[in-house]
Amino acid sequence: MTRIEGHDKVTGRATYSAEYPIEGVTYAYPVQAGIVRGRITSIDAAGALAMPGALAVLSSEDPPELAPDADPELALFQRREVAYRGQFVAVVVADTYENARAAAREVRVTYEEDPHDVRLRGDHPGLYRPEKVNPFYPADTEKGDLAAGLAAAAVTVDVTYTTPAVHNNPMEPHATLAVWSGDGDLTVYDSTQGVSAARAMIAKTLGLPAERVRVVCRHVGGGFGSKGTIRPGTMLAVLAARAVGRPVKVALTRQQLFDVTGYRTPTIQRVRLGADADGRLTAVEHEVAEQSSTLVEFAEQTATPARTMYETPALRTAHRLVRLDVATPSWMRAPGECPGMYALESAMDELAIAAGLDPVELRVLNDPETEPESGRPFSSRNLVACLLEGARRFGWEGRDPTPGVRRQGRWLIGTGVASSTYPAYRRPSQATATVENGGYVVRVAAVDLGTGARTALTKIAATALGVPPDQVRIELGDSDLPPAPLAGGSMGTASWGSAVVAACEEALRDGKHGAADTTDAIKAQQDLARHAFGAQFARVRVDMDTGEIRVSHLLGIFAAGRIIDEQLAMSQFVGGMTMGVGMALMEESVIDDEFGGFSNHDFAQYHVPVCADIERIDAAWIEEDDRHLNPMGAKGIGEIGIVGTAAAIGNAVYHATGIRVRDLPITPARLLT
Amino acid sequence: MEITLRVNGSRRTVEVDPRVSLLDLLRERLGLTGSKKGCDHGQCGACTVLIDGRRANACLALAVAQDGSDITTVEGLADGDRPHPLQAAFIEHDAFQCGYCTPGQLCSAAGMLAEGGPSAVTEDMAADPALTAEEIRERMSGNLCRCGAYPNIVTAIAEVAR
Repeated sequence: MTRIEGHDKVTGRATYSAEYPIEGVTYAYPVQAGIVRGRITSIDAAGALAMPGALAVLSSEDPPELAPDADPELALFQRREVAYRGQFVAVVVADTYENARAAAREVRVTYEEDPHDVRLRGDHPGLYRPEKVNPFYPADTEKGDLAAGLAAAAVTVDVTYTTPAVHNNPMEPHATLAVWSGDGDLTVYDSTQGVSAARAMIAKTLGLPAERVRVVCRHVGGGFGSKGTIRPGTMLAVLAARAVGRPVKVALTRQQLFDVTGYRTPTIQRVRLGADADGRLTAVEHEVAEQSSTLVEFAEQTATPARTMYETPALRTAHRLVRLDVATPSWMRAPGECPGMYALESAMDELAIAAGLDPVELRVLNDPETEPESGRPFSSRNLVACLLEGARRFGWEGRDPTPGVRRQGRWLIGTGVASSTYPAYRRPSQATATVENGGYVVRVAAVDLGTGARTALTKIAATALGVPPDQVRIELGDSDLPPAPLAGGSMGTASWGSAVVAACEEALRDGKHGAADTTDAIKAQQDLARHAFGAQFARVRVDMDTGEIRVSHLLGIFAAGRIIDEQLAMSQFVGGMTMGVGMALMEESVIDDEFGGFSNHDFAQYHVPVCADIERIDAAWIEEDDRHLNPMGAKGIGEIGIVGTAAAIGNAVYHATGIRVRDLPITPARLLT
Repeated sequence: MEITLRVNGSRRTVEVDPRVSLLDLLRERLGLTGSKKGCDHGQCGACTVLIDGRRANACLALAVAQDGSDITTVEGLADGDRPHPLQAAFIEHDAFQCGYCTPGQLCSAAGMLAEGGPSAVTEDMAADPALTAEEIRERMSGNLCRCGAYPNIVTAIAEVAR
């Protein structure tokens, strides 16, 4: 079975948010803060309003009415303070895109500027311990005696790794079409990962009951977390449309995405490991410093994977956050696990070398019986099987650990390995299944952001109903459908699928219709550690003269429950690993110390992997069917592919060259200096 | 200004603001939203169309400069109800996820297959190179795919190139 929407996507008929044909649509274009920190003293809109086609200018000169408890990032134009360069300070509405953009240049904003601080440092005096880290974990944990564990160790590693700010950069820039009806109901066509969540957030920001707001998103051009929460651009369209009494379209530019749609926080991570003479861990410590804006506290859960990965008598994890004059970071594919596992798995490689052990063997040796931090049993854990199967397929056996000794012409060759992990979340969802026209219609307010949710849910429903997939039609992407959690946290299929199965089972009993809500079932589920695992293997070649790094081969082996659709799963794993190549070798959003904001903000300067960068990526999985999780036995697969990739590549670069670069991305400049 | 162009075989006469790009003309005025806007700076390839048979970034072309041009967008690739072989191969090999770069990938691939000549990875500059996977990867690197469907894109194009 190929993707249900495949034909629409290859013929240009799939409609994304900016593309709905709406009669009388107008266009809004934002004005962004030209300072990093300070106060707006005046906004002169006269010049803009005199421009051809201009309809309105909204700004804090006349703040639009919003709920008093609105999220500070979404509460547009309520305050005169500027929190970061690029923050929206006004918006111009006009009859065409060109007129709106030209008029926006004529808005005159004056400021009173304050000194700013945009630099994350490990010794920043503003670092503090947040109450919790995303989404609900304690900031710090401590088990056993760390000092004793380190003192008892035969080998120790004490290393600091850093990762830069990076941006999700989905191919579809965030776009919103807002349409108010005559009686004050709002329809929003929004590029979002969750229509139910978007509806709730928009309604809350406006102070409206949720039922007055409808959010539609039938296709979305990627998100990777950045569309998991609504961003200021959505509210720009909603408020502009209310002000002019006409539909308004906002399509952010690629450059604006860097400022207002979230990013992965930069991190400074210190990892201390101790192991006895046999290689058994005696201590694990993972401390992280990261940033958020002054507007919103977003604390990424970077050190949490250390709580799950390896057996150790002493374990300490800690997160420290500093609030800087920067844009607000947010979710990006595997927030926490992705940067955290980069540091932990690189440090494990260093430990293997220090202990004279094979890095696969070291990981196998330290595989725990129960979750190290919590002591909870795992619903299933097959990391060792992934490592061993990967080693077999990759030809790992007999690998000479000596770095910098394999040459092919100008190239130095190396291989590396890293583990990956991602939690198997599930959230309450509703769904219905109804007999219509001789088949079934399944309704759930899910969103397919390219994961293949339509196809996977159709297969899940068909299996539950005992009918061929062509007798099932799935409706999603509309908040008028039964409420559902967002496509994020690798929990979409598990959450929606559980409700779809229950609704289908009820429809079979009823003969006509079934409705399900999984809230109670999820509350009643057993207290287990629920995670997917994987092993990543990389082969790289490094040009001895230029420092150019090429990834010749990546292999990912995953243990992610039952795989619902092999082709879709393969695309998800390979896609995640591809983004991991970007993280390892090229992606970096450079924070401008002097002027604030990001100094690179387009694809000319922020490089993502292109076709020529990806020579060979293989993904495979081991048989696993975890019935503790959900009726499908499946774990989420959207994020685990990126976790571990950068560490595997970095470890391979070390193996090739003997140079350990501890700051991502591993650029030729960092390798050669 | 008034211009006349042929879009997917139909003659279209439109009055355009001189600031309007070909991409915005297609998307906002002609209702052809298949061509996507990913960066508006010619850096991502999502807007790739064929202009007089050659692949080009529609975001970098001003509409007024296209008077008399023959434009093919993703909506015009199929032969009536029969999909273009590239469209069929992209579906078959799952050469996309979110689908946003896909129209540009398809138009770019269609243009690329008609190009010939050497590329930056061709060893013998005098010979007409075979479209190996390496050649396809090089020639398709102006079209970004953030979902990471590259291996399947290469497989799909290679199948059609044979």
